[in-house]
Amino acid sequence: MRRITLWLLATVATVVLLFSYKTSTMGAGGDTSAIASGSDGSTGSSWSGTDAGSTGSGLSSGDTSGGSGGTSGGSGGTSGGSGGTSSGSGNGTATGAVAQTRWGPVQVRITVSGGKITDVTAVQVPDGNHRDQEINDYAVPVLRQEALAAQSARIDTVSGATVTSDGYRESLQSAIDAAHLK
Amino acid sequence: MNLTTELDRRAWVVQVMGLPVSVHLRGPEVHTDTVAERVERVFAELGEMDAVFSTYRPESVLGRLGGAVPDPATAAPVVREVVELCELARARTGGWFDARHLPLPGGGTGFDPSGLVKGWAVERAARHLADLPEHDLCLNAGGDVLLRTAPGRPAWLVGIEDPDRPERMLDVVERAGGAVATSGTARRGAHILDPHTGRPAEAVRSVTVVGPELLWADVYATAAAARGADALDWLATLDGYAALVVDAAGRVRATSNWPGTRAGTQTRAA
Repeated sequence: MRRITLWLLATVATVVLLFSYKTSTMGAGGDTSAIASGSDGSTGSSWSGTDAGSTGSGLSSGDTSGGSGGTSGGSGGTSGGSGGTSSGSGNGTATGAVAQTRWGPVQVRITVSGGKITDVTAVQVPDGNHRDQEINDYAVPVLRQEALAAQSARIDTVSGATVTSDGYRESLQSAIDAAHLK
Repeated sequence: MNLTTELDRRAWVVQVMGLPVSVHLRGPEVHTDTVAERVERVFAELGEMDAVFSTYRPESVLGRLGGAVPDPATAAPVVREVVELCELARARTGGWFDARHLPLPGGGTGFDPSGLVKGWAVERAARHLADLPEHDLCLNAGGDVLLRTAPGRPAWLVGIEDPDRPERMLDVVERAGGAVATSGTARRGAHILDPHTGRPAEAVRSVTVVGPELLWADVYATAAAARGADALDWLATLDGYAALVVDAAGRVRATSNWPGTRAGTQTRAA
């Protein structure tokens, strides 16, 4: 339970970070480049917004949970994607790529208003048995809160008790790292 | 849109010294080979230091000594430096940081400078990035952070993890340079020992120290976690360093010079 919650959080946090990164760095009409390449299970992502000149190129961060640099242990590939927007004052929603997890597909949608993330919802979560339902009931609201909190803090890095490779896969730091690997 | 977000930023992450180490750089040349090669040197040097100091590697200098303190007269200069720094750390912490009698991976107790080597090695390796003007550095080694910013650049925002809920932040501090180090029991259990009793220190959940040098921020955080009850009073006496402490009951307190949003606590020493 805790593992999937943290894992889902990393995915959402990546989407959020990718999203806010793009929101704040792209100039009008700017080109978008993939922040990291992910070939696993990504089915693309989309952005719909009200900004003129918005470019909706998908970004996918490969393997957010397994770690960057390909040095830590393998893991199920995940891909958090997000759409790009051309200015920081957009309104609309960004839907992340579908991440294939061992529990099933996960996809999140971020709602932006006035350039700020105002909501995070799960578009797709694993279902079909009691345990999955339990995860949805618990994890999704937690994710929403955490993603919003991470954004409002806009942190660059996390200081905490020593992280091992196992813990790293589920950490917010790994999501921050993944958002800037390229 | 502000200056920070217009700068190119790039991250590298490598598993070294048993830790995920991430290097983030902001600046105009982060996508050049020159900068990438510098970053590679940082990781390479951390790997070299691990090969010397790791107590998990039987073939390392420390591994071969099996817990004996290296003889300063015959030791390599880096080893001598670390032995001397461990002594200095013991003196500066009133004996609460003591590398001499720690449990060793292979069993038994002996000299294990790992608690100091991480900060020391990271600061040392980061010199490969020192002469990159116009570039800002945020290096995170398993939760301990070293920061630099070029003149006129915005500070980095460092989240302080809640030890009971690692996905949440207790506070956020804005730092242009120096270090933020956290020690505690959140991720590895009670692994910090009270050097006076040899028993796990459990009165403190987490200590975060902010200050100019990573080596000392890390050593002070570890020593404070070992001290337990009077950790905050002792931390308040350290010149140039500020701290945030979470005790076993979950109470969060900070020294009066703490740079985050948490209000400082008046301590007897302050």
